[in-house]
Amino acid sequence: MLWTNIFAGFGGQGVLLIGQLLALAGMNEGREVSWLPSYGPEMRGGTANCSVVVSDEPIASPVLSMADCVIAMNTPSLDKFESCVNPGGKLFINSSIIEKKATRTDIDVYYVPCNEIADSLQNPKVGNMAMLGAYLEATKAVEVKSILDALLYKLGEKKAKFIPLNEEAIRLGAESIRK
Amino acid sequence: MAKKLMKGSEAVAEAAIQAGCHYFFGYPITPQNDIPEYMAAQLPKVGGCFLQAESEVAAINMVYGAAAAGARVMTSSSSPGVSLKQEGMSYLAGAELPCVVVNMVRGGPGLGSIQPSQGDYFQATRGGGHGDYHPIVLAPSSVQEAVDLMHDAFDLADIYRTPAMILADGIIGQMMEPVEFHEHEKRELPAKDWAATGWDPASGRPRAIVNSLYIEVDELQELNDRLQARYAIIREKESRAELYHTEGAELIICAYGTVARICKSAITILEKKGYKVGLVRPITVWPFPEKQLREVMDQPSVKKAVTVEISAGQMVEDVRLTVNGTKPVEFFGKPGSYTPTAEEIAEYIIKSMEA
Repeated sequence: MLWTNIFAGFGGQGVLLIGQLLALAGMNEGREVSWLPSYGPEMRGGTANCSVVVSDEPIASPVLSMADCVIAMNTPSLDKFESCVNPGGKLFINSSIIEKKATRTDIDVYYVPCNEIADSLQNPKVGNMAMLGAYLEATKAVEVKSILDALLYKLGEKKAKFIPLNEEAIRLGAESIRK
Repeated sequence: MAKKLMKGSEAVAEAAIQAGCHYFFGYPITPQNDIPEYMAAQLPKVGGCFLQAESEVAAINMVYGAAAAGARVMTSSSSPGVSLKQEGMSYLAGAELPCVVVNMVRGGPGLGSIQPSQGDYFQATRGGGHGDYHPIVLAPSSVQEAVDLMHDAFDLADIYRTPAMILADGIIGQMMEPVEFHEHEKRELPAKDWAATGWDPASGRPRAIVNSLYIEVDELQELNDRLQARYAIIREKESRAELYHTEGAELIICAYGTVARICKSAITILEKKGYKVGLVRPITVWPFPEKQLREVMDQPSVKKAVTVEISAGQMVEDVRLTVNGTKPVEFFGKPGSYTPTAEEIAEYIIKSMEA
């Protein structure tokens, strides 16, 4: 099994974090993983993306030009990375703020209303987790439990109270692409 | 021990501490700031000292001082900052002092970019500063290898009384990969009886004087002879390379660091199309693994070599010196910070093989 993924969005949308959670969860499931952020002089409000590989084999290149899955949290990310989805791959679009539709017809496209889901949970911060939920539903790349364990590891026990909220966001994200 | 998901820079810093390095002197620069950040948080906990110096020049001279006193010590920087350290590196080499310098290479020349590059190969392997010297230069291609090489760098520096360098591109510094900090084989290290740790006339031993100034021609000759003899041993004993799918290959790619991993992905693409391509990945770039590369290139099946770098073509010179005109050596890459994709490399190789 080999999943190559590009997570992209605005700085602050948590795309680097959900990429890291996927890498951590993959590692804890015994897979080979790599997480490579794009980094630049931009800070808040700028664009951010990371390349995440989860594989059963040792990972050759952690640098991706094409990926099995692209997660676009904002319009510039969709513009930049739609062409980078491997044929037959998956494209996840944050339909809450991206008004346009995908133009590719040779891939599976999922529209996830991340911000609406976050708003329904009264916490704008969990839009990324809704997207991750949709990604996990479509790919089954790792178990949801592994993601939650990874999140607990990142948050620490003091912030463990936020786990149920994130779990709910993941569930709603998964549900949004099921119908 | 369980695997940890760590950024390359942090992992390198942790590995240094575990290798017994308790002294770090540095000055901030992207993309390696996670190293001083980690050191600042962790070194006080092990009774060590982290100091952010007023400049790179000051930092490398603090390294000189700590090394002269016999401590395991390091500094880290990225390209423009490493340029500033070159005077100090030459003095460290001249004074025969062990230390470790990490360079998370970014694009140049000048202030360049903050993206990954391999444009510092010449500076690292040729010495960089003035005079006839070489640091031992290790080039990791994964976070785990960076951790393992960190231990080697400190040991090799102590054994050969020379600065050692970790030459990594910005990708290694910024990337997170699983790492294990396992026990490392303890090497027998020479006593640092040359260190200046205070002198007591009653001790019966001569004063330890750490110096790189030899005014007399004969004395300087003696130092240089000693250094060159040591470099000959290093060349003989310490060169390392990874060979990947080299047996029966028709074309050999030579690449180091992260670029070598992208080349492995390119080889996967090429093998699916029926091309027989192998990779020689230098792990030490000084000493350059001449013997390993020559053996691979001497196979009758091999028609040519292609060196892939994020540079205008630097390591390609060592490849050409090694192959010594027996087979063609081509170069693929760009200077600056453009990281080639596996597809681009594969495309070039196919064109080269069909030509």
